[in-house]
Amino acid sequence: MLWVDKYRPKTLDKLIVHQDIAQNLKKLVTEQQDCPHLLFYGPSGAGKKTLIMALLRQIFGASADKVKVENKTWKVDAGTRNIDVELTTLSSTHHVEMSPGDAGFQDRYVVQEIIKEMAKNRPIDTKGKRGFKVLVLNEVDRLSREAQHSLRRTMEKYSASCRLILCCNSSSKVTEAVRSRCLNIRINAPSEDEIVKVLEFIGKKEGLQLPAGFTPRIAQKSNRSLRRAILLFETCRVQQYPFTPNQAIPPMDWEQYVAEIASDILTEQSPKRLFQIRGKLYELLTNCIPPEVILKRLLSELLKKSDAELKLEVSHWAAYYEHRMRLGQKAIFHLEAFVAKFMSIYKSFLLSQFAAFG
Amino acid sequence: MAPMFPTSQPWVEKYRPKQVKDVAHQDEVVRVLTNTLQTANCPHMLFYGPPGTGKTTTALAIAHQLFGPQLYKSRVLELNASDDRGINVVRTKIKDFAAVAVGSSRQGGYPCPPFKIIILDEADSMTEDNALRRTMETYSKVTRFFFICNYISRIIEPLASRCAKFRFKPLNEDVMSSRILHICNEEGINLDSEALSTLSSISQGDLRRAITYLQSAARLFGSSITSRDLINVSGVIPEEAIQSLFSACKSGHFDLADSEVNNVIAEGYPVSQMLSQLYDVIVQAVDVSDEQKARICKKLGESDKVVLHFFCCVTCNLFLLGFSSVWHLCGVFSGFNFI
Repeated sequence: MLWVDKYRPKTLDKLIVHQDIAQNLKKLVTEQQDCPHLLFYGPSGAGKKTLIMALLRQIFGASADKVKVENKTWKVDAGTRNIDVELTTLSSTHHVEMSPGDAGFQDRYVVQEIIKEMAKNRPIDTKGKRGFKVLVLNEVDRLSREAQHSLRRTMEKYSASCRLILCCNSSSKVTEAVRSRCLNIRINAPSEDEIVKVLEFIGKKEGLQLPAGFTPRIAQKSNRSLRRAILLFETCRVQQYPFTPNQAIPPMDWEQYVAEIASDILTEQSPKRLFQIRGKLYELLTNCIPPEVILKRLLSELLKKSDAELKLEVSHWAAYYEHRMRLGQKAIFHLEAFVAKFMSIYKSFLLSQFAAFG
Repeated sequence: MAPMFPTSQPWVEKYRPKQVKDVAHQDEVVRVLTNTLQTANCPHMLFYGPPGTGKTTTALAIAHQLFGPQLYKSRVLELNASDDRGINVVRTKIKDFAAVAVGSSRQGGYPCPPFKIIILDEADSMTEDNALRRTMETYSKVTRFFFICNYISRIIEPLASRCAKFRFKPLNEDVMSSRILHICNEEGINLDSEALSTLSSISQGDLRRAITYLQSAARLFGSSITSRDLINVSGVIPEEAIQSLFSACKSGHFDLADSEVNNVIAEGYPVSQMLSQLYDVIVQAVDVSDEQKARICKKLGESDKVVLHFFCCVTCNLFLLGFSSVWHLCGVFSGFNFI
């Protein structure tokens, strides 16, 4: 079992970071018998999912852990034709979890159908058991506008039998109407000190010797993502143990690959090089690295190495092509366009520098 | 609808006015509708205005008051964006409902006028309103349409011109405070005057939002609520964070602004919220000239459109913003033409 899963806190009391939020949540579900709809937002690796799972366990007890994976198909009657929507759900007796964003533009049917289905099979309100089910929706920011609209009224209408827990990275992509119906909980990324604390906790549990200054370095490398920090920690453990204080912390392989692309771009700006880079970009895309992530990483690599005057323009164009990438269907065009744009900016910059000397 | 248990009901639903005359702050609408109740006659209506001002509440209240609980089911059709509203729905469901003729019969003290009401909530997210035009006129004898939307410009002109339009104003601070105090009394909550004014200012005239914040805070922090608790649940970004971002931008160093932006991302503050608060800061800033402000605001508007897509835009735009201030301070006016 990976350490990330092994040391995932199971109850609200065991959390190391976000202890205050956990206590508030606990108060929320224990003192009063009802629980509002919740919207968790924050960057990835901050612990949203961990909090949600711990919360479910707090509400329903241990049975919330017994989950089964199901591949459900919904037959939706959309007037003239029938649509089959398929989606993987993770469900226990008390909750259903899914990422409706995966259904693409048909997500709104899924959202409506499943909530109505849940409302129909309302659990009996016996003593000690909750009279509602919980629907956990991941990546709400990927939901289409229609689906979010359809959530609005549904959330209110079926609030007696079903609670929603929404989870997303950026709450600005969730419509105001949905946000105002939920209790918003911001989960900030853990600070480096907190990451160090967690890593030391894991180190102690595993019985590892930690040289001074080693865990802070991992924390620094992790970009304040706890998951990433733990993964890095385990990678280091596999590579070399006992640890040495200045042991190299290996970067992610795809990040290294992007850094390579960046240095390729900086060494030569020509159609031929562009063609080579196209191959590398395809390589990344076929390995399921999301294009937005590639672009973001590529930008930060390029910014690291380019001159101060260029930074503004480059990030402007990155934003421009990212926007167009969202509008379009195929990411490769836009990635490549950005690379070409950067090459042209960089080359003309270099030429002007030479001209100034000559 | 499943039966509601009193505890599991959100306060927004619990304190939703049941009668038209209880709707706060919308005097003209209330006057017209009270008249309707007496004469039992009304035109098609179009309610528009910002969220949380009582549009849906008013529509539901008038429908209930006209028909009473018994006839409500058969006389009122409520459609909102949660229901599927493609062209088929408009063609079949609305038409079928609209076509049925009804008589007027006074029942149990309710006027029960001889028409039916179709409430189309969130009409601006409806796509096929063209199909409605003729339906509206053909069945105008027996059916009244109530459209509810946020932006009147999203409703096509032919539909809008067939309706009596009512604008719902955002609630001002006094009205808001009195409603909130009423709820606080009912629920037994202590709210000091500072917290009350904070609540009014962060909810910006949206009563539903104010009540939701109040309930969230009450659930999380118990019965005595301070303004800090309210800020905590509302997702408003603390003043310090905004100020440090602003000063980083003003410094004009890319790396400084970049790290500050990364910090904001890591803290998980919503970008749209950040932009709107940053906007307030900029408008009020004293050491920025009017022209600069205009340019920055233009940039902010652009980024607000795009920013929803990418954090990087923020980086970029904030940086532009930072740069522009520096340039201006140095007196390099010509640099502006590329922004």
